[in-house]
Amino acid sequence: MKGMTVIVKTISSWVKVLIVLFGIYIILFGHLTPGGGFAGGVILASSYVLLMLAFGGEFVKEDLPLSLVSKLDCLGAFAFIMIAILGLVFAGVFFTNFLVERYGQPLHLLSAGTIPFSNIAIGLKVGASLFLVIYSLSICCKNEELDSH
Amino acid sequence: MTIFYVLMIFIVIASLIAVETTDLLSSVICIGAMGFGVSLVFLFLQAPDIAITQIVVEVLGLIILIRATISRDLTFISGDKEFFGTVVSVAIIFVIFLAGLRVFETLPEFGTPIFTQAPDAASQTYISQGLERTGAANLVASVILDYRAYDTLGEATVLFTSIIGATVLLRRKAKNTPETLQPVVES
Repeated sequence: MKGMTVIVKTISSWVKVLIVLFGIYIILFGHLTPGGGFAGGVILASSYVLLMLAFGGEFVKEDLPLSLVSKLDCLGAFAFIMIAILGLVFAGVFFTNFLVERYGQPLHLLSAGTIPFSNIAIGLKVGASLFLVIYSLSICCKNEELDSH
Repeated sequence: MTIFYVLMIFIVIASLIAVETTDLLSSVICIGAMGFGVSLVFLFLQAPDIAITQIVVEVLGLIILIRATISRDLTFISGDKEFFGTVVSVAIIFVIFLAGLRVFETLPEFGTPIFTQAPDAASQTYISQGLERTGAANLVASVILDYRAYDTLGEATVLFTSIIGATVLLRRKAKNTPETLQPVVES
């Protein structure tokens, strides 16, 4: 993948910031508004897919190394499991919402106990996983093109 | 209770055949039978949504797998037997169609969900007490990350495993080529 023209590159480098912000908003406000970790993670991954289409795969590979993406993927999964195990430690049952009355009020950003943290973990995980899938598939297609020529 | 033992023996036998047989097609069919048995177990344990997921993923996925990957092993029937096969499949489709009509008759009307008719349904508890017990204004978030967090954990595990499979199968270079592999020394 070589990338597209200067116009596309400029526009997408501006739009990328907005998409990332929107994804972070969807993840952080997942317990108040429609959305959540899955949707926000997909939006975060799609911002890098846009960069990959505009600038080419090599640029994205330097900007966001694949080892970092796999580490983020594992970190998200680990954080989700750790939230579940902390529920087991502090309240006696796996996945208990042990923070629910410790901080904040309902209908505010700081509320809902462990749910925002779970949303962040799921968002990291889904975003990194989807980016990895799309990157692997693009590499796979490239190989097939090379083989057919 | 005996139905569980029957299904359990069925699942074990199907898995053993799937592992031990040399024919690829019958192995895949045995895995499909095993998934069908597991979905029946879920159905008898009164978890119909998981049974539906199981039958979709296991049985239909395996049928797609047969069509996509091992088409060379498929034997096509022709001649007089083809007519017989067509009649049988049309009859089976008609029977399934009639059964589907009966099922749709028992469903509640559109716009009247089942939890308005059953006052002790679990979803009533989510709606009435979800905000004060979890503190989340978005009831969907409170269901998928608090009440039903096990489902989300399973979903995340499925995603994680499939990513590992995809990145290993689709990567450009193999980490270990036959030249760099060290022979296993048995002690």
